[in-house]
Amino acid sequence: MLAYVEGVGLAGPGLRGWLASRSILAGQEPYSFAPTFVAASDLLPAAERRRAGTPVKLALAAGHEAHVQAGRDAAATATVFASSSGDCDNVHHMLEALATPERQVSPTRFHNSVHNAAAGYWSIATQCRAPSTSLCCHDASFAAGLLEAVSQVLSAGAPVVLIAYDHPYPEPLNTVRPIPGDFGVAILLAPGRTERAATVVDVAFVPQEIEASRAADPGLEKLRAGVPAARSLPLLAAFARGTRETVILEYVAGTHLQVAVSPCS
Amino acid sequence: MRPLAITRYSIVNCLGAGARTVAEAVRDRRSGLAPCDFETVRLDTYIGRVPGLEDIRVRPDLGAYDCRNNRLAQVGLELDGFAGAVAEARSRYAAARIGVFMGTSTSGILETELAYRRRDPQTGALPPDYRYTQTHNTYSLADFVRRYLGLQGPAFVVSSACSSTAKVFGNAARLIDAGVCDAAVVGGVDTLCLTTLYGFHSLELTSRAPCRPFDAERDGLSIGEGAGFALLERVDGRNPNGATQLLGIGESCDAFHMSTPHPDGLGARYAMQRALESAGLAPRDVDYINLHGTATRTNDAAEDRSVWELFGDRTPCSSTKGATGHLLGAAGITEIIISLLAIEHDFMPGSAHTRRVDPALRSHYLIETREARVTRVLSNSFGFGGSNCSVVLGAAH
Repeated sequence: MLAYVEGVGLAGPGLRGWLASRSILAGQEPYSFAPTFVAASDLLPAAERRRAGTPVKLALAAGHEAHVQAGRDAAATATVFASSSGDCDNVHHMLEALATPERQVSPTRFHNSVHNAAAGYWSIATQCRAPSTSLCCHDASFAAGLLEAVSQVLSAGAPVVLIAYDHPYPEPLNTVRPIPGDFGVAILLAPGRTERAATVVDVAFVPQEIEASRAADPGLEKLRAGVPAARSLPLLAAFARGTRETVILEYVAGTHLQVAVSPCS
Repeated sequence: MRPLAITRYSIVNCLGAGARTVAEAVRDRRSGLAPCDFETVRLDTYIGRVPGLEDIRVRPDLGAYDCRNNRLAQVGLELDGFAGAVAEARSRYAAARIGVFMGTSTSGILETELAYRRRDPQTGALPPDYRYTQTHNTYSLADFVRRYLGLQGPAFVVSSACSSTAKVFGNAARLIDAGVCDAAVVGGVDTLCLTTLYGFHSLELTSRAPCRPFDAERDGLSIGEGAGFALLERVDGRNPNGATQLLGIGESCDAFHMSTPHPDGLGARYAMQRALESAGLAPRDVDYINLHGTATRTNDAAEDRSVWELFGDRTPCSSTKGATGHLLGAAGITEIIISLLAIEHDFMPGSAHTRRVDPALRSHYLIETREARVTRVLSNSFGFGGSNCSVVLGAAH
């Protein structure tokens, strides 16, 4: 399944935006870990901005950057959101409240607990009424999102943005499900070659064991192995290098996605 | 879209287990709602509970996945010859050519709710027998179903609140159309938990009585639990074509508010319009609409408005949530299967518990069941975050 990459957005540890991170991902500059910087989004109305947690901000920041790169209005782009666990802080606070005798749950926390909260805030921020899906596939959530996004581009013949994000749980869930860092990535995919299209991807489902691509830098590889959304790093590195190559992403239970990447120019 | 054959389906909820039981209950306007007696919950509300889930366990080889949500998944997979039909499909295609696209809103979060009561008083740690990945994580359901059925195709869970298990029909259709799969198991499960019972209560959206969709005195929803599964295949003569087909699907966002629908039903109208376009049909081609109809003041008013604007007062419609309760993430598949039953058994479901239709609502709402030929049905599912999905189903020619 073919799609053209018009824009990328990125917010991760030591990766402050796609443009600033490209040379690091391409191996031209050293990577050094730093906590993820996520600016408060001015896309949201004030009331929603107060209610939105870090995962929503990650998704908004990455999605916005991808649209800026692509020069597209987000109101017209269909969306695929992929996350391993949604708003982990919010879930933890709900669970704590439910373990008390009073069981006082905040209505805002409850509506923020849905897995598609980021999609809801995004649509309010961008006034986008195009189709939107919110997926989960545990560690393979990015790969599942990519498969879905590319199939949507193909079936609708219209642009789709994939936004994948993950955020650590606080304790005690962090011990049983450690996610070592905040990470948000957005890839805006279009059905045809446009002026903004830098890369073309050809995505195939491979139902067998093959070795997954890794990040060359040990720090980035640690991120890739630990944060589900950061499993996108080998693909982003291929975009950054601008070379023709094949990236293998782990999918579910021994299956993989094979992504043939080639520059448009 | 190219229609897809629905070659098998199974259903379980508070009305009972199996398609025949559910069809008879819906036709007779029976309700499975009863005063809330779930776990330690003390809320003045009605629920649609599936009896006996506390006493069963999932298949021993998948024991790590044991939780209320996956138990109900297993019950559903064993009903209506569903697992057997998938096994036949597996031999017809290959295990790697059958996708699994499930929907759920809360997955096995009940396990974590209970584990948070058993945290170590010194360290705060969760009990050692707690299993996050196989129970709480949203993907757990598709992981369980895929392993249970021995499938090796692509899989994921859609979790967009109460539209989840309608949207999975779209995911399956796209990946079958793209040639990634030959068939797909779609549907999903949601089960009772404290998060949704206390959460909806905090939003003042639950009724103290059994919910009354479209009633003048409706005052909120009743939460239920249930599972439903469907096997989708190409209409190409290679498979034993079912009696019904997926004809179209439409998805949209409200872009309005996280927990309140757009007052004009704008997103809902887009979803219905896109579903009709995708099926290549006009509003007059639809015989019956199964509404989302949660019985909250705002949902029913907004949905009525959007239906009336598209269909006028011509097309009979009803909500079956007075019978089943609101199955949240499982509402989509449940009502899609009820729509298939309406097509196969020639009836338009009446509305359990609704006594007098709100005179402010203008759609052609059915309180009583109507015996009539039903060829095409539109089914609506709307969720928090303004996530809307409409699905068009039809009789196979």
